[in-house]
Amino acid sequence: MEYILIIISAIFVNNILLSQFLGICPFLGVSNKLSTATGMSMAVCFVITLATVVTYLLNSLLAKFGLEFLQTISFILVIAALVQMVEIVLKKISPALYASLGIFLPLITTNCAVLGVALTVVQKSSPFAAAADGMMNLGEATVYAFATSLGFGLAMVLFAGLREQLALNDVPKEFKGVPIALVTASILAMAFMGFSGLV
Amino acid sequence: MGKLQLITKGLIKENPTFVLLLGMCPTLATTTSAINGMSMGLATTFVLILSNIVISAIAAYIPDKVRIPSYIVVIATFVTLLQFVMQAYVPDIYETLGLFIPLIVVNCIVLGRAEAFANKNSVGDSALDGIGIGLGFTLSLTVLGLVREILGSGSAFGWKFIEGDGILAFVLAPGAFLALGYLIVIFRKLTTKKAE
Repeated sequence: MEYILIIISAIFVNNILLSQFLGICPFLGVSNKLSTATGMSMAVCFVITLATVVTYLLNSLLAKFGLEFLQTISFILVIAALVQMVEIVLKKISPALYASLGIFLPLITTNCAVLGVALTVVQKSSPFAAAADGMMNLGEATVYAFATSLGFGLAMVLFAGLREQLALNDVPKEFKGVPIALVTASILAMAFMGFSGLV
Repeated sequence: MGKLQLITKGLIKENPTFVLLLGMCPTLATTTSAINGMSMGLATTFVLILSNIVISAIAAYIPDKVRIPSYIVVIATFVTLLQFVMQAYVPDIYETLGLFIPLIVVNCIVLGRAEAFANKNSVGDSALDGIGIGLGFTLSLTVLGLVREILGSGSAFGWKFIEGDGILAFVLAPGAFLALGYLIVIFRKLTTKKAE
């Protein structure tokens, strides 16, 4: 039951893009076309889930030796290595997707969504944790990470669809590009606010 | 390029928020009030100046292939330092900004300046560049925070001048996108007029 709560909360109520503001760079950068947005979402989904599992285990190792202050440094290195690996695998398996993601794949390293989720699940006071001390267990952390990245994908795909329509419209000169995208995102965020109170 | 220009370019011509559109996550997330925006800007400036100095000093010794991971380690070190300093002296602000302090590591502005400026220029120039871009970032975050605070809760820098609640949406997520979008438009309008 609590897994379902985590999933609904991570996808709709606390959507990572529209209410937590993590991963805004790819949200604005690669949302011009539906196909690249889908590809980016899949890459992010894979990296977030994998990175969260690895960093969660790493964190229990750090906690054993009382070295929690090394979280930031060690997590970002693990994520950078993982992204490099995903890049190599993708180059081999799907060169077309690799070419379309272009510069944004290495940029997943500096995508705050990945580090943000990794840091969120190891925080001491999580509302979703079943345990009394507020620490998520590995299962909860994995489900949370996967659901969060699904929420990322949902917002990305919705937004890309809107922007494809927007490209056909006549907007004032100063609003071209990012500003009109931000106004659109604002309306989308308002729609997602309707989900608050659901969980 | 003059030394003064290194500092002033970050304010208008290469303003990281309104022109380069970098570091959007902390820009949108932490500007719920002017004070919060300013604290986030200053924290980023601290990391930016120090990482620019160190990276420009060691850039010549780093092999080209591993430069990005090395820069990230330097930046992460200073962010960890910043976390300790803030926990010790300004625990309230540290608590409010929360997750976004460790996330300075992945702020595109810091890595962007290391890659685009600090590894090609002298230590002194890089420090000035860090100050300039940092100030530009702080200024735009403060302005965005101020706009959202005035509209959202009817106060400025914590000083309340309207009784009751403001337009609550401006403190929440939709207002962040809307306010930033309109501020970029105003900034573009003003700067293009100047050029003509």
